[in-house]
Amino acid sequence: MTPVSSASGEHAGDEAGTSWFYNPRVRGVVFQFLVVAALVGVVAFFAYNAKTNLERAGIASGLGFFSERAGFDISQTLVPYTNDSTYFRAFLVGLVNTLLVASIGILIATVIGFIVGVARLSKNFVIRQLAQLYVEILRNVPLLLQLLFWYKAVLSVLPSPRQSLEPMSGVFLNNRGLILPEVIGQPGSGLIGYALLAAIAAAFGISRWARARQLATGKQFPSLIVGLCLIVLLPLLTFFVTGMPVDLAYAELKGFNFAGGMVVNPEFMALLLGLSLYTAAFIAEIVRAGILAVSHGQTEAAFSLGLRPRRTLQLVVIPQAMRVIIPPLTSQYLNLTKNSSLAVAIGYPDIVAVFAGTVLNQTGQAVEVIIITMLVYLTISLSTSAFMNWYNRRVALVER
Amino acid sequence: MTNKFLTIALGAALGLSATAASAATLDDVKAKGFLQCGSNTGLAGFAAPNDAGEWTGLDVDTCRAIAAAIFDDPNAVKFTPLTAKERFTALQTGEVDVLVRNTTWTMTRDTTLGLNFTGVNYYDGQGFMVRKSLDVTSALELSGASVCVQTGTTTELNLTDYFKANGMEYQPVVFEKLEEVNAAYDANRCDVYTTDASGLYSIRLQLTNPADHVVLPEIISKEPLGPVVRQGDDQWFNIVKWTLFAMVNAEELGVTSANVDEMMSSDNPSIKRLLGVDGQFGESIGLSNDWAARIIKHVGNYGEMFDKNVGPDTPLGIERGVNALWSKGGLQYAPPIR
Amino acid sequence: MDTGSVAYVRTEDAPQYAPPSTKTGAVGWIRDNLFDSVANSILTIVGIAILALIVPPVINWLFIDAVYTGDSRDACVVEGAGACWAFVNAKFGQFMYGRYPLEERWRVDLTGILLIAGLVPAAIPQVPFKRETVLYLIVVFPIAGFVLLTGGNVDISAGFWMTYAALSVILLAIVAAVCVNAKIPVVRPLAGVAFGVVAVALVFAIAAFDFGLVYVETQLWGGLLVTLVVAIVGIVASFPVGIVLALGRRSHLPAVRLISVIFIEFWRGVPLITVLFMSSVMLPLFLPDGVNFDKLLRALIGVALFASAYMAEVVRGGLQAISKGQYEAADAMGLSYSQGMRLIILPQALKLVIPGIVNTFIGLFKDTSLVLIIGLFDLLGIVTLNFSDANWSSPNTPATGFIFAAFVFWIFCFGMSRYSMYMERRLHRGHAR
Repeated sequence: MTPVSSASGEHAGDEAGTSWFYNPRVRGVVFQFLVVAALVGVVAFFAYNAKTNLERAGIASGLGFFSERAGFDISQTLVPYTNDSTYFRAFLVGLVNTLLVASIGILIATVIGFIVGVARLSKNFVIRQLAQLYVEILRNVPLLLQLLFWYKAVLSVLPSPRQSLEPMSGVFLNNRGLILPEVIGQPGSGLIGYALLAAIAAAFGISRWARARQLATGKQFPSLIVGLCLIVLLPLLTFFVTGMPVDLAYAELKGFNFAGGMVVNPEFMALLLGLSLYTAAFIAEIVRAGILAVSHGQTEAAFSLGLRPRRTLQLVVIPQAMRVIIPPLTSQYLNLTKNSSLAVAIGYPDIVAVFAGTVLNQTGQAVEVIIITMLVYLTISLSTSAFMNWYNRRVALVER
Repeated sequence: MTNKFLTIALGAALGLSATAASAATLDDVKAKGFLQCGSNTGLAGFAAPNDAGEWTGLDVDTCRAIAAAIFDDPNAVKFTPLTAKERFTALQTGEVDVLVRNTTWTMTRDTTLGLNFTGVNYYDGQGFMVRKSLDVTSALELSGASVCVQTGTTTELNLTDYFKANGMEYQPVVFEKLEEVNAAYDANRCDVYTTDASGLYSIRLQLTNPADHVVLPEIISKEPLGPVVRQGDDQWFNIVKWTLFAMVNAEELGVTSANVDEMMSSDNPSIKRLLGVDGQFGESIGLSNDWAARIIKHVGNYGEMFDKNVGPDTPLGIERGVNALWSKGGLQYAPPIR
Repeated sequence: MDTGSVAYVRTEDAPQYAPPSTKTGAVGWIRDNLFDSVANSILTIVGIAILALIVPPVINWLFIDAVYTGDSRDACVVEGAGACWAFVNAKFGQFMYGRYPLEERWRVDLTGILLIAGLVPAAIPQVPFKRETVLYLIVVFPIAGFVLLTGGNVDISAGFWMTYAALSVILLAIVAAVCVNAKIPVVRPLAGVAFGVVAVALVFAIAAFDFGLVYVETQLWGGLLVTLVVAIVGIVASFPVGIVLALGRRSHLPAVRLISVIFIEFWRGVPLITVLFMSSVMLPLFLPDGVNFDKLLRALIGVALFASAYMAEVVRGGLQAISKGQYEAADAMGLSYSQGMRLIILPQALKLVIPGIVNTFIGLFKDTSLVLIIGLFDLLGIVTLNFSDANWSSPNTPATGFIFAAFVFWIFCFGMSRYSMYMERRLHRGHAR
């Protein structure tokens, strides 16, 4: 004790003539050391317990289970999967299902959210009140409750397979899902896909060219309409030129249910409905706040320059509002993705239901399975926010 | 009764009181004064709270029998309702002393989970239930059907195997919790409900119109359900195992809760050994010699337990079938107490 | 006076004409707001059509055709019957308390009253004694609530007390040694630590004291009780952790900052449901042999960790809003880091983030419904559980139950969001020029 004391005392005395206790450098180092030591201690304690507990209980550990046969079936598989596939396949199926419902949900929620957000600012009293009613009800009721409600509602509204609704020829709607004809490509159908890709690339190029030309010369070019036409017409043209190489396999009522065709499960419909309506309520508020944040002077300035209301909205209000909207919008997108994990309550086979549910139960390897599930969501979250941060930097106001 | 919410939490905060659970479970149970039993969250006939909030059912009575053997009090037991996912972890970590939760005895579970199955308190098998209006009479007609099934069970795997073996297709609809499966089947989301046959009868009772549904005759798997304990404590393993055997032996010898006191003076040497009039059988497993008499007095013999909870006179109305005594053509067979 | 030279000058105002009838009153308002253009007229008509399509059937179902009394499903399976309020009526006790014993429910009520007694004065800005009220809410109320709800009488062994005393002595010795070594006055730090040690011991002593209340297992808790317990414990526990994390994230010490950032981003990046799975399935494996947490306690730990990450971000927002001058002023006054934070920065920052805290609480309150997935019966859990009661199964039971639960959640969330907006306006007024 004494030598340490005298040594540090001298050291402190050299520097400022006060105790080492008041030296911020020393304090910083000591404090960080204590924090790190405590953290390492806690983690080691948990890891040691987990190890001994797993050994004692004779539970296998490691990721070896990934290559074993799964032996169960999944109701919605976008990736080829049978009960002979591996657990890793099952994991992929769940992951793809999560990404599917999250991405479609984000699209729908954004569209509804923007419409409702603008409606909340409408001059029209009825529309404004309707939008507010929507937001206040959906925002303040737990999502899980809404999902259970929608699932129940979807199931009770739709008829049984034998009394299916047939809104269009070959399309059936019943409580087993929405049954669509399956598209079967014949040789040559690949060209249509390439044509679509080419059209998208061309539309993108045209819009860049039009923008550059407008900046340089002020001449405008209807790039949006031309682009859309390209995207629709080029694949269509290819379709006819190659001699319509696509067959539709219609579903048929056989025994209990329709056989063949593509099925959109009611679980998927309910989850999509619940997620997008709920998130749309939040997006609506973000959009409203974003538009309100653009000062009225901007609109007036645009009007006094002779811009029409539509152009004002398009060129002045929305670009500025987007800067306010994007950061909170990102976190809503992330919330939607994370909330899609509630699928487990209504039986949609997302990653939590398939992997942290069935696979966990079959293998008993809770630690590995839950950590992997968390890492998947973490990866999705971090990469989405990285992308949105990049986009946000692009639209952000560049000052000086 | 003391407050269990925080004791150990407080201890853990300071790294104390982590008394090893691998010490003799019997001593632990005796020290705390009650048995902690892992049960189902609610399956009529096996483990479900009744209107007064008391747990009842075949599995529950099995727990009560163990408590009666130890404490001479069938109520010295507390129930921890467990989901299918939690059940093995709860037993492995010592949260419960014994797991009696209609759990199927399989080789994997018996060997790789660090657990021991002590016997079979109900021989079950997986069956199918469908709506009467579908006019289905055999499971082999189910090709193309949507099947509601609970995840985390052997059921899901049996289902896959059965349809595969018979070259049939099906559409699985999988849920995490029993209530969710019930609700989905009731809402006509699927054509077929599959689970253990006993479960089907109890679930049918909870549907909106029980009479509209029929259980198909096929049984597609063996599902021996029984109590489970941790490995490594042979004394405790023996207590749980022989509690069940004592109940089966009692039925075979005609000892019931009503006549157990008269039977004490019986001349039959087997009965004398069972009831502890003769021999030191109770002490050999760390209990008192009248352990079996206590079980029979408080809970009854196996037949009484069966009839009371799931038998023909209950709403479930299940016949003894394979669960009859071996002497009556069933599978319930207990080694002799001798 | 000269009268003839000036041209006509009007000395009184011309009489005002009434505005055109199309611009005033109900008609004017309707024309201005609803039918001022073709597009707007169409929107109005569509809007009214939607309302007309939705509202009458809903009202019919909810109130007019509803069944209010009855003691089994027979009352509700009548042809054309609406909502089955009789079901809610019969199960109301369960929805509020779960299976909490009937004769002990006064304890829950009393806890509720104690909570309201603290919350109301804390929430109204004009009421004085804010510091005392907050102290009551975060120290006195949790202890009282714990004792009332569980029954207190925690089993604390003599060994625990001895270890605690030994650890306290060692802690005091370390503090004294450091002070002597650093040549700073010993008395004040020692007194502070001793006070803390005694206060914690007092909390344990109260928890261990036998008030003669029956122990109620958490398995029996349910309904709104569990919803409120999870949400309130989550928010109260996340508050100190969140402040520490927020300070850590803004710290100049790289190790501290890194740990805080990782912790916050981890919990914010994963869904609550995986956190709950982790606490219910994985946590037992992380504890030493023979140590068990109550199932509810495990969920509470998961929820609190999850909420603290969100709380940290809210508090960080407040810290960033405080101008740099305040930090510099605190340094210039010679205040230490903890003094500066405690006396200058945090009081201002926390006041700024009250709306954010309330919003986090609303989110948490809604998220508590997820505990039903791990088998705890909160309000939503107990409502769905009762759908499987054969005695009450009718086509309208589920919808009625959902609407009842939704209504309860809505009342709480809507009320709190209005309060948060009110506080926001109040806080902004102070800064307006």
